[in-house]
Amino acid sequence: MPKAFTPKVVTANHLLAGDVIYQTADGWSRKLEEAEVLTDEADADLRLIEASQQVDEVVGAYLADVAVEDGVPVPTHFREEFRATGPSNYAHGKQVELS
Amino acid sequence: MYSYSEFDTAFLAERNAQFRAQVERRISGALTEDEFKPLRLMNGLYLQRHAYMLRVAIPYGTLNAAKMRKLAEIAERWDKGYGHFTTRQNIQYNWPELKDVPDMLDALAEVGMHAIQTSGNTIRNVTADHFAGAAADEIADPRPVAELMRQWSTDHPEFQFMPRKFKIAITGSPNDRAVTRAHDIGIRMVERDGARGYEIIVGGGLGRTPMIGKVITDFLPEADLLPYLEAIVSVWNQIGRRDNKYKARIKITVHEHGIDEIRRLVEERFVETRKTFSGVDVQMLREIEGHFAPPAFVQADTAPYARALETYPAFRAWTDTNVTPHRDADHAIVTISLKKHGDTPGDASAAQMRLIADLAETYGYDEIRISHEQNVILPHVHKASLPSIYSALRAEGLATANIGLISDIIACPGMDYCALATARSIPIAQEIATAFDDLKREHEIGALKIKISGCINACGHHHVGHIGILGLDRAGVENYQITLGGDHTEQAKVGDRVGPGFSADEVVPAIERIVDTYLDLRTSPEEEFIDTYRRTGLAPFKAALYPETKVAAE
Repeated sequence: MPKAFTPKVVTANHLLAGDVIYQTADGWSRKLEEAEVLTDEADADLRLIEASQQVDEVVGAYLADVAVEDGVPVPTHFREEFRATGPSNYAHGKQVELS
Repeated sequence: MYSYSEFDTAFLAERNAQFRAQVERRISGALTEDEFKPLRLMNGLYLQRHAYMLRVAIPYGTLNAAKMRKLAEIAERWDKGYGHFTTRQNIQYNWPELKDVPDMLDALAEVGMHAIQTSGNTIRNVTADHFAGAAADEIADPRPVAELMRQWSTDHPEFQFMPRKFKIAITGSPNDRAVTRAHDIGIRMVERDGARGYEIIVGGGLGRTPMIGKVITDFLPEADLLPYLEAIVSVWNQIGRRDNKYKARIKITVHEHGIDEIRRLVEERFVETRKTFSGVDVQMLREIEGHFAPPAFVQADTAPYARALETYPAFRAWTDTNVTPHRDADHAIVTISLKKHGDTPGDASAAQMRLIADLAETYGYDEIRISHEQNVILPHVHKASLPSIYSALRAEGLATANIGLISDIIACPGMDYCALATARSIPIAQEIATAFDDLKREHEIGALKIKISGCINACGHHHVGHIGILGLDRAGVENYQITLGGDHTEQAKVGDRVGPGFSADEVVPAIERIVDTYLDLRTSPEEEFIDTYRRTGLAPFKAALYPETKVAAE
């Protein structure tokens, strides 16, 4: 039996700033909550290919697992949690934008 | 302080202009990331978890005030107001933007600094004893030799695309503060029958296969150094494995072929390389040595220092831990702790960098060093200046009296910053330091080195920590393995793994159990942790860490 496809988002780093970004329905956002949640494997693969072709905007696009809580994506792995919130020693990463 | 020549200045300018054009082409889309990545890495620019990271070389950890002020200026102007000093004696900026990096490199070039060979499969920044030129136990200052090696290895055409990175460390003291036995090549300056030479150690390294280096020659004449090094790197470049990234280091080559076979191959190659060195390298070394002449040490009354020691207990405690004997009896070596309890190990703010620069200029003959243990050194300070230095450091949060103690922790950036890391290092270091500070037990515990890495690559040198902590990802949860009995000195040893790992919440209690066990076992307060461990072995510590295993066995 094929493994069930878990929800995903396309994430990458921004070419100029280097910071973590997420693909939305029509662009990119620095906030995970605004990311487009992909629940179909074929859609996810297609969106990743599209993202990977945007070489003058993003670097290192990949699919990251998420769960959907109250209608918004949340990380399921601690690495993605840190990418979404910033480093834990200073509140000057994404925490600033998120607060 | 070594001053770069017009050739060096022109070389940096040309190199920076080249990189500026490459960045412009990347931003315009003319270069893809695959094309650009090797170019940015050649200039020390990584893309990490949250941002770009620029790694700047501090050759053999030596700086002066002008260079330190420039590092502060860069931190403020293009980063978030601080820099991170690393176990390779470099500084890393964690938040630069791509478009700004060429300007940052130009700013560095103004003071003869750069980021060349701080990344890539090449000979990296040569590191050295952080007390070089000042230590009372030193045979000779190793930095002129390190500078000679820097000049030899920079842009060396044969060594730009090797199987993997290559790290060289050198010490001029019998007491090894440069971790020479855990480098691809470790060099110890030695004397025999009145002649200066080198013991060459090959094939050390940490990472996923930690190994202590082996002596390939116990006495290499001074004039043979560069041709012999060239022979070693050349042999490895030829036979080192390229089929597997994790087996591409010289330690694996030495392990697979055996040190005797490697020695034979190097000697064979050395016959060829020797012919290509005309002796100009030794002339250059003599010239370089002139740049590292010791300062004209001032004479002054040391009575104020003696009075301060008697009058101020906090000053006394600081001198006990942070001040080291100097080759000149009236002078001292000051280690400035970048490990204030609860802070990030190795981080310094721009204000702190400027204060250190001011102190170096006012009291320290304009000399600064960075240690592989992520602290800053003022190598030459007259004892009469120590009270003033202490006061100034205290005002800027830099007077933590903990060098060599349990809170003087090496910690790599870990998952908070590094794209390779599998767990965080910094919060673990912060929690341990804060917990033992709260208990006020550090001085009772005495000398104890904790080293933490956030992944198997071991940038935090955990294998050679008295207590080593390795962060891993276990089924999506941070998990920390502990090793005991590691040693980075001339008695270098890889630590012993105690058993199953601990969750992040369990690390501090585990360290407390280790420390309690040591305090119960030690024969006297003079017996240091590492000596107790060597005497008792792992068993009592394991029993304390895993009491349930003991119960089950009973």
